[in-house]
This record gives sequence, structure tokens and C-alpha cells, in this order.
Amino acid sequence: MPIVLIVAEQQPDGNLRKASLNAITAGKQLADKAGAELHIAILGKDPAKVAEELKGTGAKAVHVGAAAELEHYLAETYAPALAALATELKADFVGMASTAQGKDLMPRLAARLKAAMATDITGLGGSGADIIFNRPMWAGNVFAEVKLTTPVKVFTVRATEFTAAAGGQGAAEVKTFAPKIEASKTKFVEFKEVKSARPELTEARVVISGGRGTKGDFKEIEALADDLGAAVGASRAVCDAGWVPNDLQVGQTGKVVAPALYIAAGISGAIQHLAGMKSSKTIVAINKDAEAPIFQVADYGIVADLFKVLPELRSELQKLK
Amino acid sequence: MKILVTAKRVEDPESKIKVKPDGSGIVQEGLKYKINPFDEIGVEEGLRLVAKHQGEVVVVSIGGKEVQEQLRHALAMGAHRAVWVNHTGPLDQLGIAGLLQKVTEKEKPDLVILGKQSIDDDQNQVGQYLAEFLGWGQATFASKVESLESAEEKNKEPAVKLTADKKAVQVVREVDNGLATLECQLPAVVTTDLRLNQPRYASLPGIMKAKSKPIEELTPAGLGVDVAPKIQVLKLASPPARKAGIKVPDVATLVDKLRNEAKVV
Repeated sequence: MPIVLIVAEQQPDGNLRKASLNAITAGKQLADKAGAELHIAILGKDPAKVAEELKGTGAKAVHVGAAAELEHYLAETYAPALAALATELKADFVGMASTAQGKDLMPRLAARLKAAMATDITGLGGSGADIIFNRPMWAGNVFAEVKLTTPVKVFTVRATEFTAAAGGQGAAEVKTFAPKIEASKTKFVEFKEVKSARPELTEARVVISGGRGTKGDFKEIEALADDLGAAVGASRAVCDAGWVPNDLQVGQTGKVVAPALYIAAGISGAIQHLAGMKSSKTIVAINKDAEAPIFQVADYGIVADLFKVLPELRSELQKLK
Repeated sequence: MKILVTAKRVEDPESKIKVKPDGSGIVQEGLKYKINPFDEIGVEEGLRLVAKHQGEVVVVSIGGKEVQEQLRHALAMGAHRAVWVNHTGPLDQLGIAGLLQKVTEKEKPDLVILGKQSIDDDQNQVGQYLAEFLGWGQATFASKVESLESAEEKNKEPAVKLTADKKAVQVVREVDNGLATLECQLPAVVTTDLRLNQPRYASLPGIMKAKSKPIEELTPAGLGVDVAPKIQVLKLASPPARKAGIKVPDVATLVDKLRNEAKVV
């Protein structure tokens, strides 16, 4: 039987990166189409807790590889360990969420497996040996149907296009394996976390983003985000200027979000920004410029100053409570 | 230091991309072409490193005769010489990485700097494939701690830092929830993120000088690389259009719509 292997990700804080659950759903869809069995791999210094969480997500087996050398993620140590596992399992497909780690690791792993790869898949087609991957190109202005012709096929999953796999779907067999460790020419120096009390941008139900129109003043955006339990995002211009941390950037070159509600305040709506948010269910645009391209994708638009609209919006929303 | 940088030819990021009715490709008429923005950042970083540590920046591009435009652009920015891999027809990320491997083995640079992704395919693969093919370390999504409006940026300081013994580079990477720093032994592969630097404009004297800088021509056959694509793009389509929205006159109407129509608050 063909094998689909999904690589799950442990965050630096030891928890499971939630996008892994969306990748597992994609893996399940793929396994159904290919008539394959779903397996999950997790690597780390001590991934036992995460493996427990993965057990009930509907896979046949969870492969746990623990080693001290895997404490800090490096493509050069993770790729050989996963390649050895994939080869031993005779995996036909290897996939992972399109997180920063997924994007760094999977091409290196694919190179080891002499595999072709599809990045950021948004859907699946075909059946049996003829699987088709759907993926965005040109900043989401084009969607392509792609076929990989190498024996092993590698992919990363755009998490916002698949639901998160729920727990309680039976109990996968947890198998530990001794990861193949290779010396790395790269060493981990440090990780500086940007801490936030707000929900993670890619997982939030509501996202409020600010652009150049904020002139760097995010106070009103943050206040509204706190009222709504929303995540805060930003346009590229705002990150480039150093007004907010880089990891808040929504767009082709930043994060892709698809919340129930996306509020764009003072964002013109450049192609590269739209690539990161136009799958949102409802889009609200607040902009002084009635001609701003953001109004072409917004369900509801207000042509006005965001510093006037946002406080009003807060007090109107307060009234509803 | 010898630094190899890439300069892929891509559609101008500001252009409106339209799919042909039969889904076989994109409409080429009226499109402008540029050097991939992430590659341009790579050229800039290479130039800054060489300005600080001496050496040479070699720029490589793969494609038909038209990619010489992008090579000349990088030469006008200040790159010293160019390598053109003359190839027409389909090419996938495996093929590109295979060709770059051969060019790298020939040139023996200390560092290869590529864009993290090209804005046409959006694959984000080639740098990582190349690092594995060469058996080198990789630092993807290289960024900087300071903003692009900082004094460091205006002084054109390289963000990729050479260690004291000059045998490794320290690279700050943009990752989920923060910034990670890696130290890569040289030679290594680095891919650029947007906030690594602000690329310079090509000056008029630079453009004049670029005309006399050498472009070496190579071919996939000459490099011994089979570039038959393993990634087949079967069909292209436009994304589903969003239904037209409305402009509302005031915040009260907006809240009413969000509550009763969209049901999101």
C-alpha cells in the first residue's frame, strides 16, 4: 500500500505547531485519493508530549524520533533524519505545513530523496498514482494544477485551505525510531521570540491589519484587536519601516491568513498584500482614498480616516455587548 | 570573498497577470520584465559584503537571450561579471538547482546568495535544493534586525556578518513568531527575505560600465545537466472572483452589516 508521511512540527516552546493539524487533513485527503496509508513523523529532543497529541488524529502510525542533537531545528540535521525514515517506510508522498520550518526543510529533504516538490498546496485532484496538486502562483493571481513525476513526491500545505484535524479519531500506533544524525555545517545561535498575548495571526478568527495610513500609530488597531480577541497584522510598508515586527506581515512574502473577518485599516491593497488575505471570509476596508485597490476585494468599505473610524467602531461594538 | 548571486527574469510584480483562456499559460502581451525582487536584494547584499571584505560578485541567470537584460541590470548595480546559462523551454526547480550546482562547482564561491522565492512560481525551493546538492549549510529567509529606514541601512552595512576568523557567516532569519540566528561555515547558501536590505539603483555611469563587463555563456548540455522537468504544470486558472462589495456611509451601518448580514461580530 502507498504511504503518505506528514511531518509535524514542534514549536520552540515544546508545543505542537497548530498548522501541522491542517497538514494532517491534507495528508488524509491525499491518502484517500491515492489509496494510501497516512503516517505522521515528529522529531525533536523530546517530542513525546506532541506525539501523544497526534495519536488521535486518524493516522495509522506516529513515528517519534528523539535525539539531543535535534533540540534546535536545523534543515541539515532534520532532513537526513527524515529522509532515512521516509526511505525505510518507502513513503511515496512526504508533506508538511507551509510554515517557516516547512518551507526551509522540505526542499532540502526533497533534494535528498531526489523528489520534485509542490509548495503551498491549496487542494488535491486526481487519483491513484496520478495525483494532481493545486497551488498558487504569481502572488495568488493564478492557480496551477501540477503533477510531480519523480517516484517520491514532496509538498507543503497552505494551512488556511484545509481544516485542522480533530483528535479522538482512534489511536495511532506510536513507534519510536532512532533518528539518523549527521554533522551539520550550521549551528543554532539564538531564537528571539516576538511575544504576544493576542492569538497567532494565521489561526485567529478576526485579524485587524494596519498599513501606511497608520503612520506607525497602531494604538487604535491594538485596542480594537483586544476588544475583539483579534490578531494584529500589517502591510509590508509598515514592517519595512520598522514600525511593527516583521512577523506581523500579511502577504505574498509574509503570512497567508484566511480569518472569518479581516479589517484592513489604512492599507491600499497592493497585489502582494492581497495575496495574503483575499481568501478571508469577510473583508472590511477603511481608507481615506476611495480609489484604493483594497475596495475591489472588500465586502464592506468605509471611505474615511481610520483614526476616526476605529474608535467609533469600538464604541458601536461595545453597545452590542 | 567571492560571491555568486542569481538574477531570475520575472514579470514586473506590479503587472496584472492574466491566464490564457485555454489555461496553457499567462498572457505575455504588454508585460514588463524585471530581475526577481528577492534576487535584487541578493545582488545588493553581495555588493555590500564585497565592499566591506573585498572580492568579487558574479551574477548568474538561466534562460534565453532576453535574460541578458537582467544580467546587465545586476552588472550596472556593480556586479563584476556575469554567467549566462543559455536555455529555452520549460525548466523546473530541480533543473535550476542542478544547473546552479554546476556553475557553483565551476566558480567555487565562498557564498551563494539567492532570493528566497521567485515571484512567478512562488516555489521557495531552489536555494535549499542547491545547498543539499552541494552538501553545504543553508540559511534561508535572511533578514536584519534594524528597519530599512535605519542608519545601518543608510550606511549600506551588510546584514550577513562574517565571523572574526572569516570562516563562517552569522545570519538572522525571519521565522514564525520571531527571528532565529544561525552560524554557517563557508562556503554556504543564503536566501534573502525582503527586509535584508534596500537595493541600490543602477547609476548612469554604472549602466555605461555594465556594457563592457563580460558575460560568459554556458549551456545545460555543456554543464552536463539533464533539465527535463519533473514538475509538470498541467493547467492554469484564475482564482475565483470575490463578489462585488459595497461602500457603507458610516460605522453604525458597518456594524449592522457585520452583525446581521456577514454574522461575524
